Amino acid sequence: MNKVISSPDPLQRNIKTIVNASLPRRHAAERRFRWYGLIAVSLGLAFVVLMFGNIISKGYPAFWQTYIQVPIQFDPAVIDPQGNRDPQALQSADYAALVRAGMRRMFPAVEGRLELRALYGLVSSDGALELQNRVLQNPELIGAEQEIWLLASANVDTLIKGNIERSLDETERPIKDNQIGWVDQLQAAGQIEKQFNTILFSSGDSREPEQAGIRGALMGSFYTLLITFLLSFPIGVATAVYLEEFAPKNRWTDLIEVNINNLAAVPSIVFGLLGLAVFINFFGLPRSAPLVGGLVLSLMTLPVIIIAGRAALTSVPPSIREAALGVGASKLQMVGHHVLPLAMPGMLTGSIIGMARALGESAPLLMIGMVAFIVDVPKSFTDPATVLPVQIFLWSDLPERAFVERTSAAIMVLLAFMIVMNGLAIILRKRFERRW
Amino acid sequence: MSTTIIEAKANLDNALNAEGRQIPLSSVQITDYDHRQTVGKITVDNPKMICRDVNVYYTGKQALKHVSIDIGANEVIAFIGPSGCGKSTFLRCLNRMNDTIPFCQVIGEIKLDQDDIYDKSIDVVQLRARVGMVFQKPNPFPKSIYENVAYGPRIHGMVDGKAEMDELVRASLERAGLLKEVENRLSEPGTSLSGGQQQRLCIARAIAVNPEVILMDEPCSALDPIATAKIEELIDELRENYTIVIVTHSMQQAARVSQRTAYFHLGDLIEIGETDQIFTNPKHKLTEDYITGRFG
Ligand SMILES: Nc1ncnc2c1ncn2[C@@H]1O[C@H](COP(=O)(O)OP(=O)(O)OP(=O)(O)O)[C@@H](O)[C@H]1O
Ligand SMILES: [Mg+2]
Repeated sequence: MNKVISSPDPLQRNIKTIVNASLPRRHAAERRFRWYGLIAVSLGLAFVVLMFGNIISKGYPAFWQTYIQVPIQFDPAVIDPQGNRDPQALQSADYAALVRAGMRRMFPAVEGRLELRALYGLVSSDGALELQNRVLQNPELIGAEQEIWLLASANVDTLIKGNIERSLDETERPIKDNQIGWVDQLQAAGQIEKQFNTILFSSGDSREPEQAGIRGALMGSFYTLLITFLLSFPIGVATAVYLEEFAPKNRWTDLIEVNINNLAAVPSIVFGLLGLAVFINFFGLPRSAPLVGGLVLSLMTLPVIIIAGRAALTSVPPSIREAALGVGASKLQMVGHHVLPLAMPGMLTGSIIGMARALGESAPLLMIGMVAFIVDVPKSFTDPATVLPVQIFLWSDLPERAFVERTSAAIMVLLAFMIVMNGLAIILRKRFERRW
Repeated sequence: MSTTIIEAKANLDNALNAEGRQIPLSSVQITDYDHRQTVGKITVDNPKMICRDVNVYYTGKQALKHVSIDIGANEVIAFIGPSGCGKSTFLRCLNRMNDTIPFCQVIGEIKLDQDDIYDKSIDVVQLRARVGMVFQKPNPFPKSIYENVAYGPRIHGMVDGKAEMDELVRASLERAGLLKEVENRLSEPGTSLSGGQQQRLCIARAIAVNPEVILMDEPCSALDPIATAKIEELIDELRENYTIVIVTHSMQQAARVSQRTAYFHLGDLIEIGETDQIFTNPKHKLTEDYITGRFG
């Protein structure tokens, strides 16, 4: 370094040699930095790929479900012994008996109570419901005989998907040797098939893995987020506008600002406890309801929306405000006609990101009872419900292979929603991006 | 001078309290610095605005000192002076744009015709409709050219119906010398115009509400010579109908467009007079230094 300093007066030194001497060092630093960046990005990507790979490889089989073709005789003696097509009677008939009869017809050689029970165990208990639906929709069926694809039990499904080790000892498998034999026969006869799993999207939770779906959780999430959005967006925007444009800058507004920033950092479970104490215990709102979940998530999302909203408002250049005031607009007109429309894309982006966070939130909802086992798909804001992340949490606890699959499938659905929401935020930002 | 200081401080405290701001008395330091006496005749025969003893403080820092000046009807008056001398500050007093700056306090008297514009009975909305403003950087709304011009008349409810509005928009653009260039693209965004066109659009926007006074803060500083020439020409035409106050850094511009010129220096109004006289025969040493380029 000292070599290039030839003159005691800095202004007399040759800038060219000085700069040239330092160039290799600067370039090396730049290269090093680029490498650090590259390594960091690759590491991050690797983790993402690992996570997605794991979830997708585990979850995608859940989108397919095994069905068994069973010859069903719609025996009038069982369905409608009186023969008067009374809907009440059709409703309460013993359709499971029809399924059992069908199974017996496929394997007439099977005898004995235990053996028969193992045979009936190949199909899901959902089969009876399926037959009931068909008959109720079309009473003509009574007396006819039809080949019907019935939902296989979870164990058969798992076997077909190759997730049961056949070489294991019989006692260590959930499916017995004789059952495996029948499944193989059925498969050879082409009476076993994998179909797209519509149940996953059309039904609520169930103890039987093959009948469990995420519809209930999806609707729960929908109602909860609707409440969250309807509450937090208008309140958040109004607060941001007031604080940014109208509030006098004094100690009180400073205090409010600090508190809002703090709220954004409060762990979400605290909001759950608050919701439990205030909404449920004090106001007596129903437990496990999307209404309360939405209220709690609104508390959590509000600070995010307020902070994003204020940032969007400050990013509107002062020249636009001056222009509006200059022609005689009142403050409210200035805000309403110019500032707010320009800030809106930013506010929406912030809100969507806040909503995506709310969609993925589970801890505060555990506190208010949205963690119950609920079979019925919620139909209103006060029906007991759960949400997707909590459903994932519930299923992840269950040992059955079919639930492991469904856990990953539910995660995939949740991730898909997140990606859509974040993508929407990016599109909004890009589309309405303005340069002044 | 001492009574004025005490008065000023009391005024400031009252004003601040009235605004609801909680400032302890001691935190606002008002110091009334020595100020220089203005050279030249501050009054005119038919004043549009009368300013007397105007002081401006930014958080206690004095930016304008006892400025007294008349602005004549239908004249173009130019404010010149070195950077930071308070030209913009004074200009923004004239339509109370300073109200938007927190902790900016204006003390003194400014009258538009007979009305004290800082009086409580005067609403800034009304004032700013009467005293329009064109800013240093062209700042059209990110809306269509038409909307830019129509905005002012619309919020004030100046016109009835679409036909009248169309008429007004075209007339304003015509007056601002922009109509020919944008006639066929009124629905395009105002921001799609060139810098000079944007500035004329801003002038059209200002005159669309038919103000009595137009304030221009360095309207040509972001423009090339040709666009500047167009705007200067325009200012000359606008004088017929409006009173124009223009801040400029270009002495040639002041000489070309204005009838009277005021020279500011560190918050003082140093000299005011006919533009010809100021540029050919300045009476104050500071003015002379500035226009001969020895200062600033
Ligand atoms: N918002 C503000 N807050 C505090 N001080 C300010 C503010 N605006 C201006 N000042 C101060 O007031 C003085 C006058 O500023 P002003 O903008 O009026 O100068 P100017 O004559 O317009 O200068 P220029 O020619 O550079 O535009 C300056 O010393 C400036 O620092
Ligand atoms: Mg200025």
